[in-house]
Amino acid sequence: MNIVLQYILLIVIMLFTLTTVAAWLIWLERRMLAVWQDRYGPNRAGPFGLLIVAADTIKLLFKEDWIPPFADKSIFVIAPAIVAGAVLMSFVVVPFAPGILIADLDIGLLFFLAMSSLGVYSIVLGGWASNNKYSLLGALRGASQMISYEVFMGLSLMGVVMITGSFRLTDIVLAQQDYWFILTQPVAFVIFMIAGIAETHRLPFDIPEAESELVAGFHSEYSGMKFGMFFIGEYLGITLISAMVVTIFFGGWLGPGFLPPLVWFTGKTFIFILFFILLRASLPRPRYDQLMEFGWKILLPLALVNLLITGGIVLLMNS
Amino acid sequence: MEVGFYITAGVTIISTLLVITRHNPVHALLYLIISLLSLAIIFFLLGAPFAALLEVIIYAGAIMVLFIFVVMLLNLGQQTAQQEKAWLKGKVWIGPAILSTILFGQLFYLLPVAQMQAEMPAVDAKVVAISLFKHYVIGVEMAAMLLMAGVVGAAHIGQHKKVVLHRFLREGEEQL
Repeated sequence: MNIVLQYILLIVIMLFTLTTVAAWLIWLERRMLAVWQDRYGPNRAGPFGLLIVAADTIKLLFKEDWIPPFADKSIFVIAPAIVAGAVLMSFVVVPFAPGILIADLDIGLLFFLAMSSLGVYSIVLGGWASNNKYSLLGALRGASQMISYEVFMGLSLMGVVMITGSFRLTDIVLAQQDYWFILTQPVAFVIFMIAGIAETHRLPFDIPEAESELVAGFHSEYSGMKFGMFFIGEYLGITLISAMVVTIFFGGWLGPGFLPPLVWFTGKTFIFILFFILLRASLPRPRYDQLMEFGWKILLPLALVNLLITGGIVLLMNS
Repeated sequence: MEVGFYITAGVTIISTLLVITRHNPVHALLYLIISLLSLAIIFFLLGAPFAALLEVIIYAGAIMVLFIFVVMLLNLGQQTAQQEKAWLKGKVWIGPAILSTILFGQLFYLLPVAQMQAEMPAVDAKVVAISLFKHYVIGVEMAAMLLMAGVVGAAHIGQHKKVVLHRFLREGEEQL
């Protein structure tokens, strides 16, 4: 009973922390974008403008939650919940520190890939149920983009799995005690990072919601807290991809002993979150066909070649 | 464990029934996704976590998205729902009902024979890989060839020559 209570407590703490972090990321993003563009950003509410998040949340909660009469009501309501749910489910297998993880599945990496593949439904169904041309176009783009990039995302990670010989994320972290996998799998890291950006449909790959052509893409019709769910889902996605990059390529919680493991993990994760924001501040959006061509003609062969070479070297080392 | 199995099995059956009876194609596909997900949980409960996650990744995560993608492209609306409603009436149910009654009777007969084994070894990725690339390697290669044929066919159908429509680039048309 004690262990069950402990797990429930851990889950509640994790849910609370993750949603809070995702909310503050909005402030962090606006503030950092402002710094990189040589302006102030939100700086009035509270110290450093930190309370802007509270104001934003209150605004979202009290906005009229409007469901268009031409929409497919039940699917319209359920779509935003899917993305937040799928991303939060993925955090189940992320090892934050030794002892601070919910389930140490021996197929943890596959579980993460499965959950991120379910996130597509949120965009597809949201766009379809809105019954709006722009939403539908956004949904179509989102579906093809996420399905394509899922392939390279999975393939790029298989090199690491070959070296470790396990899908369990704690094993992957512990295998990096001598050196981080970024040193032996740099190509896989680059592919995973690009696929991760496409998977969270963040700028520069925010083609499903390209404001300049599609109003707001798949969530054009959404308002109030339903829109908020998409928003939170996006920031949770950034946190998840950063956490996975740290776990798989940058040694997870491992680091010099003067800081506790959890601090190392969160510190590294925040560096990657900042990198995501920097990408938004600096890169233009590619065209849709360019994105698909880049994926299938460059990333897929690269991932396969990387896999082949890694497999050969692993075989050589073992024999 | 057993309670979990019966709950998931119930969800699977109900959602599969709903797949057949929905008039709206997208709603039907959504129930099919739920059915596939609960099937994955059944695999998981039976000690095959790898197969369970492959079910989620490939069926629920990729193939069903493509199904929904096609339905979205066809833009099936109110009209299709009406059509489906007209099709799903009275007599249509007789044939399938008889066939599934036979299957149900067979299942009833087989249940006491095939006792569920209490202790089953977990089938993880390694076991699946060894059996795939040792005993069934010809099957894997045949499947690969079949998929290759599919890819080549799709590339052939999807191939089209580039048409330049800009007025200053008219001379490109002669080469088409």
